[in-house]
Formats: sequence, structure tokens, C-alpha cells
Amino acid sequence: MSQQYVLSVLVDNSIGVLGRVTGLFSRRGYNIKSLNVAETEDPEFSRMTIVTEGDSSTIEQIEKQLLKLYDVSEVKLLSDAVCREHILIRAGNSPASRQPIIEIANLFRAKVVNVGEDSLMLELTGEPEKISSFIGLLKPFGIGKMVRTGICALERD
Amino acid sequence: MVLSKLTGADIICECLIEQGVDTVFGYPGGAVLNIYDSLYKYSDRITHILTAHEQGASHAADGYARASGKTGVVIATSGPGATNLVTGIATAYMDSVPVVAITGNVACALLGLDSFQEVDITGITMPITKHNFIVKDVNKLADTIREAFYIANEGRKGPVLIDVPKDITALSAEFVNKPIKPIVPPATLHQDDCIQKAAEMIRESERPYIYCGGGINNARGAKALKTFVQLADAPVSASLMAQGCFDQTDGKYIGMLGMHGTTAAAKALAECDLFIAIGTRFSDRVIGDPSTFAKRAKVLHIDIDPAEINKNISAFHKVIGDSAEVLEKLNRLLKPQKHHEWTQSICGGELNIRQSGTEQLDITPQLIMETLDRLTDGEAIICTEVGQAQMWAAQYYRYKHPRQLVTSGGLGTMGFGLGASIGAKTALPDRTVINIAGDGSFHMNLNELVTLSKHNIPVIELVMNNSVLGMVRQWQRLFYDKHFSQTTLDRPTDYVKLGEAFGIKAFSLTKAADCERVLSEAVKLSQSVPVLIEVKIDRDINVLPMVPAGKSVTEPITEINTED
Repeated sequence: MSQQYVLSVLVDNSIGVLGRVTGLFSRRGYNIKSLNVAETEDPEFSRMTIVTEGDSSTIEQIEKQLLKLYDVSEVKLLSDAVCREHILIRAGNSPASRQPIIEIANLFRAKVVNVGEDSLMLELTGEPEKISSFIGLLKPFGIGKMVRTGICALERD
Repeated sequence: MVLSKLTGADIICECLIEQGVDTVFGYPGGAVLNIYDSLYKYSDRITHILTAHEQGASHAADGYARASGKTGVVIATSGPGATNLVTGIATAYMDSVPVVAITGNVACALLGLDSFQEVDITGITMPITKHNFIVKDVNKLADTIREAFYIANEGRKGPVLIDVPKDITALSAEFVNKPIKPIVPPATLHQDDCIQKAAEMIRESERPYIYCGGGINNARGAKALKTFVQLADAPVSASLMAQGCFDQTDGKYIGMLGMHGTTAAAKALAECDLFIAIGTRFSDRVIGDPSTFAKRAKVLHIDIDPAEINKNISAFHKVIGDSAEVLEKLNRLLKPQKHHEWTQSICGGELNIRQSGTEQLDITPQLIMETLDRLTDGEAIICTEVGQAQMWAAQYYRYKHPRQLVTSGGLGTMGFGLGASIGAKTALPDRTVINIAGDGSFHMNLNELVTLSKHNIPVIELVMNNSVLGMVRQWQRLFYDKHFSQTTLDRPTDYVKLGEAFGIKAFSLTKAADCERVLSEAVKLSQSVPVLIEVKIDRDINVLPMVPAGKSVTEPITEINTED
């Protein structure tokens, strides 16, 4: 049965490592729903959070194949983890839409980070579901452009 | 401790020597001028074999590694030199062969600017190497080379590429010799209880069947395997990559399993209650339809690569580790088992299907291989190209030792064999080395004949000439309504003249009656000079048995009607 999984992958912070990881996914036909990568507290390493989809045997293969890459030092399938996503979104198409958008933003504790003539730019951090429903509520007011970071996740102690 | 400042090119040579390399294969060019200048200086310690084409050099390095168990080294220049290695690297990757490829590149400042003969070879070879490097700091060059050799040989072996920009080969750095980093097997992974359980499964089994893969060669596990087979008292099959890891003259050997496996192997697979897979990755060419594979058996899978467990076939129990080590541990736990009735029912029959030629061309591949087997006392190194001739070479020669068959299994690279035979003969100059080619594969890389004559590498290049692309023709006959699309080659090549043009003694063989005489002369000649033999065979001799792709391996086709 196909299911969504979150992988936390510790990699060497070296040239081409992103290419090696994504190349592995594409050539073996694995799915990347989102991928997030940045340096860790130790600049020698980066941590990737990869959201992928597949049945349990595919996930088993993804974990094992990732571990075969020399730049990969740790692969963890996250079950009990804090998952967060960040979004920047420009919503609204007239000065009249400003007030209802601010109301929605307040409900979600999103922040207004830029005010344009017809639209507002908002930022929000939260669980992916929360981000999705936020986008859904803003849709009727018109969405100019938006960017989501994809999930970054850290397991609980 | 010798501390000195050396150029990058000298560091490359020093590191090769440090790793025990005395032979490299390659082809010079602009970006590797400095490396070749060092090779000139180090020519008393490193022999360089110049091939006709970089692809030939890549296969030679691979063949060298397969035949000897050492690491093969190939050097090529940037751009086309590097891309010409790609097929060879992919071939080595698919068959887990330790090869280190060193490519030159344009100077660091010119990288990424579409400079002359620049190519992103690390990008290109990412999916076909265990790992690859581009060295942009001369101070890191020596350790990178050491790491490359380590990676090529650690765990499941495979090729590693090091790309060295030209300026790095000219710049200097301090160099200190270091001992080779020992390879530590993944000891924590094969805990004793895991091996205990495997031993228990073997004890409980009434009809065990042992299937060996190339991992046994890489682990140098033939000796442990021999004891294991005696203890487990079971029929044995070897994959194409593992030919000879178990002595094929032993009564327990029942031939290959899979697409061109024997009927005995098919029977063993259908009836066994325990399928013991050692050092193997369950290629689709072996398993056919996975849902019908070893249906009545539990699968015990022993392999060094955890990713191979449950990839193509689900294992009931797994042991991850070096197959020689695991077998030695199992051998200590096992008392001799007795499965007389079971082994009797599987072993002992004629393994191969008898071939017959026609009145005009009465030589069969079987006759060739069996004659060669007899003339070389089953001790030759047999290299192959890919296709029908490859399968016949695997079926009709009885391999007694590991590393005796040098063949491209996973990638199935036509044009592999001649280059590989150059490498094999260079590694093992005292052994008779024969490359078995079809006329299709032969024409792909026949340029390397000149390498045989120029360096006087006394290999026998034997071309089974049926004037067709036989394996594809066989499939077209069976599955494409006899539409022999682009497979009727009928090339006018005069093999004797061609051989002579390259400076090689050549024969053409058409009659079975001459087979013994010509082949025996060739084997004698090959003690000192290379030989080319064309053997004319009928175009409709098929490789049998055969299991169509994706079908159950237990039901092979044993006869193909060739009436048109």
C-alpha cells in the first residue's frame, strides 16, 4: 500500500551531494514529494528532509540505496517527529481584499511581511496540513505567487 | 618517513605504486600530458598498455581486475577520452568489479566554461560508479586516490572515478607514503544468532539447493564453498558471474540457473525446499517471473550488500556479510547432512543439450568449446563478448576455478571481450587466454587486435561466425514472427586477411574434421603470439534451454523449430 514517508538524511556538505541523492531517486523511479536541505550545526554536514511516497518495500529500498551513497552518513525514517513547513504567499487582487485577508492571517497567526497596492505578502510556519488549509482559504482572494519550503522535520527525543 | 614535494602527476604515480599497481591501461591526451610525463619517468615501475581506443582500455582494466582479483586502473584524457570510458565503467559497475578510472580535465579556471575537450565526467558517471571525485586541491589528491582504491574494494566492489583538472597535475604538494587502509568487513552485521538460524534452516531442510553468485569470487570464498557443499550435501548452480567458483567437474554441479540454465537447475528450483543464495543479486535473467520463483522453498540469502536483500526476491532469512566469512562460520556449525535421494534425483544427468550443425557447416559451438576445454585441460581463462557465443562459452566449457570466465553479465556489453582479454592476459601472462566472440560483437571493437600485436599479448581471439546477430535473431524467430530485422549481417570481412593486416596469425575453420588440429595449433601458438580464428557455424544454432523473459524459470524451452 502506498503511503507517505518522511526521511531525515545526514549528508556530507560537499559538491554534488544533492545531485547524487536526487539522481538516485530519479533513476530508480522513487518519488520526491518535497526535499529540504541546509547545513547542520557542523558545517561539514547537511541535513536533508525528504518526503517520499511508496509501499513499504520501496521505502526499504530507498533507505538502503541511500546508505550506499558515500556522501550519506545516516538515514532515518521518521515516525515520531515534529514536521514543519514555511510558506511565503502573495494574496489579494484589490485594496478591498486586504481586510479579510488580514483576518485569515490573524486566525492562522501568519505575519504580513509586505504590503502592495492590491496584495499582501504573508508568511506562515506550521504543519503541512495547516499550510494547505491556509492556502485554501486565501484562494478566493486571488493568489499572486507563493513558495513553500517543503517539510523540514526533526525526531522527538 | 620520506617527506618531499611532488607534482600532482607524480603524486598519482606514487599513489598507484603505494596501492600495489604495476600495470595501467590508457590513452594519452592534452589534459593528461603531465600524467603521461610522469608515467614516462615511472616506466620502470608502472607498465602502461596503450590501447587503440579508451573503451578498450576500460575493458582491459576491468578484465585485469576480474581475472586477477586486483584493482584495474585506466587513464584517459578529458572530454571524449573520458566519455569513451563510460561503457567500460558501467560494465564494471553492473558486475561489481574494482576499477579505478583516472581522467584528466581542463584546468580548474576553465571548468564550467564549455572549454575545449571539457566534459562533466563526474556528473556523467554518477549513476555508474560507486563514487566519484573531482580533485580541485592538489593537497587532497593523494588521499583522494587512496580513498578511491578503498571504496573500489570495500563492501560490494565496484568502479570509482577520479577526475583531475590539468593544473592540479602540474601543481606541487607535500607527499608522504601511507600504508594501505585495511578493509574491515561489516562484522557487526553478521551476529552469531543470525548465522545460527541459517545453520538451523540448513539442518531442517530435506531438499536444499545452493545457488552461487559472483560475490563468492570477490570474497575469495571458493574454498569455503567447497566445504559448505560437502556439508550441506546439495546440488549447486552458479550464476554467469560465478562460473568456476565451484568445480564444474564435480558431480554436485548442475549448471546455470535462469534464462539459459539447465533443465536440472530448473528441476532443482521447482522442487527444493530451501534455496540458499550466496553472494548474488537475483538478476532478472536468473529469476524470470519472481512470483513463480522457488515457490516451494524458503529463501536463505547471504550477501554483502544489504540493499540486495528483498530487492528482487524476498528472503525468508538473510545474512549480511562477506560470503567467505559467513560460509566459514556456517561450516563450523554444520555436521555433514545427508540428502542422497534428493541429490540423486537432480545430479548426474547430461547437463547440456547436444548441438548439431548442418552438412555444409558441421562445426558446432559445443564442439569448439569442448575441444578447447580438452586442449587446455579446463585451465584456460575464457573471456567472452555478449550474445549466443557468450552463453555457449558458459555452457560448454567446464570451469574449475574462480575468475576463469571473464564476461559482461549485468550490462551485457558487446565489444567487452577483446579488451577484457588484453587485461586478463596482462594480469596472468602464464595462462592461456581465449576470447570467445560472435561476429557481431567482434566488429564492435576489433580495433584492439592491433593492441594484441603491438604489445604481443598472446590471446586467442576466436570468432564464432554465423553471419547473423544470433541472439537477437533467436528472439526474432521466437517472438517477432521471424522478421529478421537488421540481424542478418552477412559481412564480407576476410578474417584471415584482417588478422594478417594487424600482424596477427589467423585461421579460418569450416569443417569439424579440422577443429582439433587448428585449435590445438592455436593453443600452442598462443604460448608466444596472438592468434585470430574464424569458425564458420550455422546461423540457426540456438542457445538452449531458453526461458522467455519474465516467464517461469522452471519451464524452459528445450527445442526451437528452425524450419523457415
